[in-house]
Parts: sequence; structure tokens; C-alpha cells
Amino acid sequence: MDNLEKKRLIDKHSPKTKLFKNSALAFLFGGLICALGEGVFLVLTGIGAEEKTAGVLVTLIFIFAASALTGFGIFDRIAKHAGAGTLVPVTGFSNAVTSQAMDSSSEGVILGVGAKIFTVAGPVILFGISSGVLYGLIYFFAGLIF
Amino acid sequence: MKRIVKLNSPISIISHAAVGGGEERRGPLGDKFDFCDITDRFGMDTFETAEGEMGRIALNTALGKAKLSHKDLELLVAGDLQNQCVGTSLGLNSFGIPFLGVYGACSTCTESLLILSSVMENSPDMTYGAAVTTSHNSAAERQFRTPIEYGGQRAPSAQWTSTAAGAFILGRDEGKPSVTEFMVGKMVDGGTADGSNMGGAMSFAAADTILSYFDESGESPSDFDYIVTGDLGKVGSDILKEILARELPGCERFHLDCGLLLYDSERQDIHSGASGCGTSASVLASHLLPLMETGQINRILLLSTGALMSPSSLLQGQNITGIAPLIRIENKGYKKKNTTVNRK
Repeated sequence: MDNLEKKRLIDKHSPKTKLFKNSALAFLFGGLICALGEGVFLVLTGIGAEEKTAGVLVTLIFIFAASALTGFGIFDRIAKHAGAGTLVPVTGFSNAVTSQAMDSSSEGVILGVGAKIFTVAGPVILFGISSGVLYGLIYFFAGLIF
Repeated sequence: MKRIVKLNSPISIISHAAVGGGEERRGPLGDKFDFCDITDRFGMDTFETAEGEMGRIALNTALGKAKLSHKDLELLVAGDLQNQCVGTSLGLNSFGIPFLGVYGACSTCTESLLILSSVMENSPDMTYGAAVTTSHNSAAERQFRTPIEYGGQRAPSAQWTSTAAGAFILGRDEGKPSVTEFMVGKMVDGGTADGSNMGGAMSFAAADTILSYFDESGESPSDFDYIVTGDLGKVGSDILKEILARELPGCERFHLDCGLLLYDSERQDIHSGASGCGTSASVLASHLLPLMETGQINRILLLSTGALMSPSSLLQGQNITGIAPLIRIENKGYKKKNTTVNRK
């Protein structure tokens, strides 16, 4: 049996990812998180916080909430339904860092947690910062020309 | 090339024990396990040592059932899924039994029984030996995939590594189910580099061994009660059945997969079924051997299926290699096909 035939058999018998259901759930959960964020933002500005401060606080609150939910073992149970809905917002980043830190804690604080904490989140940090720098440069030079 | 090896003096499985975690306890075989810890921790601080402890409990239980001491064992053949078999060494080093470590991915159970029975057959002075196989879901997730609490969606074809252990004491009691033949499987290209589809990748190796076995032995699949694979899961079992139906029609009706027996796919969120070398070990110890001992079934072929790969090899785009060693386990004096068992 050649590999082409094997591939055909594997494709034939492997259930497909439920694209529509997953997309709909991601949209709902992602939207819910954003709506919650907006609600918290309105409360914070309502009690006198500046808009810029409130924005940062909302992000921090969500990072903390996702990290706490990860610690209590609840986040992954939500995320397996929500998919990209919890992965794409800052909650996904928070979970990636916290879960790795929890995992590595048995190997010690420095060579365990310290060395491995960004294993999952590493690509986001590297390419997030890199694209930020690139975007900044484009913005800067475009400003000189136009 | 002659590949089937017949044991002149069959080596019997005189005692066995199965230990599992929470998901295994909730599964259809949960009641048949000798011991389960629903926390998956087995009183240990780390998952790696928990896996070792699980193996230790399994071996001790099997020894107790056989009324033997660890000092009676002349050889221990054991393995797990962790690097350098630490899941085994962390739990079994204190026994002080001469040890052979086996790393065959999820084929470890069959491979251990094959090696041990072969060594014992060639060593008439050897009275007792033990084979232990363990796998731990959390230890395997940490080593092969993402952190345990990482929130992601698994592919529908992915399988759930079982937290399970099986221990077997081998001796020469003719009244017990015995290993009478074995056949070493070939490494077969799995046709995919998708780590979420190990069942599919292993199915071709299982098909290769099963077809080669019947080709060489000249026997009919109906001479057996079951042809049992280790952890092909739903996807792998479906592929295997299609190949068998095409190449050896009728053979697929005798197929049974431990990966589909350990959990209830309706109630448990395990996608394509169980995987991990503890799967076939615990199903053999908790379910199949008791059926043989009570005479409900009398002759099976057991092929624990292994997917050889590493996180690095997968990221490098290398295909998974499948292996499926085979052992024949039967009750002494069994001649005719048993027709009383309803096959699914």
C-alpha cells in the first residue's frame, strides 16, 4: 500500500472538524468577552477613571481572571467549547503562560517555571513585538514622506 | 521469511492486575480495575512519580494475587511512555528485580509479554517473571503536547492517553491462559505526520501483522474469539476494518480494539478513543484475561499498536511509523471455535 492510498484511507475515516459550530461558538464566546470588557470599561470610567487608564485596567482584569480560571482548572473546560473565542483575546495569552508555569513548577522555580514559562506563548511574544517594531518603523517613515 | 514463533513450552499468565485513574474509573471497565485513583495522583507530588506509583501498585497487586513475593521474580520487563522509561524506574526500582526496559510507544504491553515469554521459554530454570506497562495522561500530555491546563480544542481524530497500568506475572501453570506464539511486527510508514491521528497511522502496521500472520499460519480468523488491537481508536479501527474486509473478508468481524473498550465515547469526552500503552495492558488485565479464565473466550491474538514519533520529528514533517507486534494467548487444550460468545 503506497502513502497516497494510506492518506486517502486516513482522510476518508477521520471525522472533520465542525467548522460552523466551532466558528459560531468562537464568535459567541469572543463577543461575550468583548462585551464584558466594555461593561467593565463603562463601570471604571463611570467611577472616575480616565479612558486610557480604564482600557489598561480592563486588560489587566482579563489577564488576571483568565490566569485565575486556569489555576482553578476551569479555563480549559470553557476553552474546549469556545476555541478561538477564548484563545484570540488576551485571555488565551494569559492561559498559555499560566498553564505552562503550572506545568513546569515541578521542575523548580528557575529551570522549571523561569526557563519554560513562555514556551507556548513564545511565538506570540516574538512575532507580536517584531511586527510592532516593523509597524512602528513603517509608521515613522511614512510620516516623514507624507 | 518465517515470522511466527511457536513456544514449545507455553508460558502462562498466572496473575494480573489493572490500575487506573479517574477517567478509567468512569469508563465501562471501571468496576473491573483492581484499583483506581480518581485524582490521577496516586498520592504523589508529580505526574511522573504518579505513573511510577501506579505501576508499583499494579505489580504489588498482581504479586499478591499469585501469593508471591517480589523476590520470586527473576526478570522484570516493563516500559511506559516517558523518556528513558522513567515512569517505570521511578516506581519499580525499589523491587530490586533484574530489569529489561521496553520502549515501543503504545506497543509496550505486547512487546513486554513477547520478550518475557520468549526469554522464559529459553530459560527452563526461570520460574517467574513479570511484565508491567504504564501510561499517564498528564505525564504524556506534558511530554508530547501542551501544558495540562492549556485551553485548546483537540482534533476529532485525536485520542485520549489513558492513565492506566497493567501488571502480569508469567509462570508455567498450564491451567491459566498462555502465550503460545508470537510474531514481531514490522515498522510500517503511517502515511501521515499528523500527531492528532495516531490511530490512523498505526492501523497499517496492525493490518500488515494480521494479514502476514494468517498468510503464514494458514488458519482462519474464525479460529479465534477476538483479534485485539491496542489503541487504534475509532479512526484506526475503521481503517483497519476496511483493509481487512478487502484483503481477508470476514476477518474484520473478529476485530476488537482496547482503545474503544476503555471509555464510553457517548459519556466521556475522549474523541476517537483511548491511546497510551496502559490501554491494552489494563484492558487485557481487567477484561480479556478474566474472560479467558472463566472460559468465555479461549483464544485471542493481541496486537498492542505503537506510533513511533516525537514532538520534534512531527514538527520536522516526518511521518509517524507504526508497529504492531503480535502474541497469541489461548487456554490449554482448546481446539474448537467457541460459538457461545456474541460478537459485536
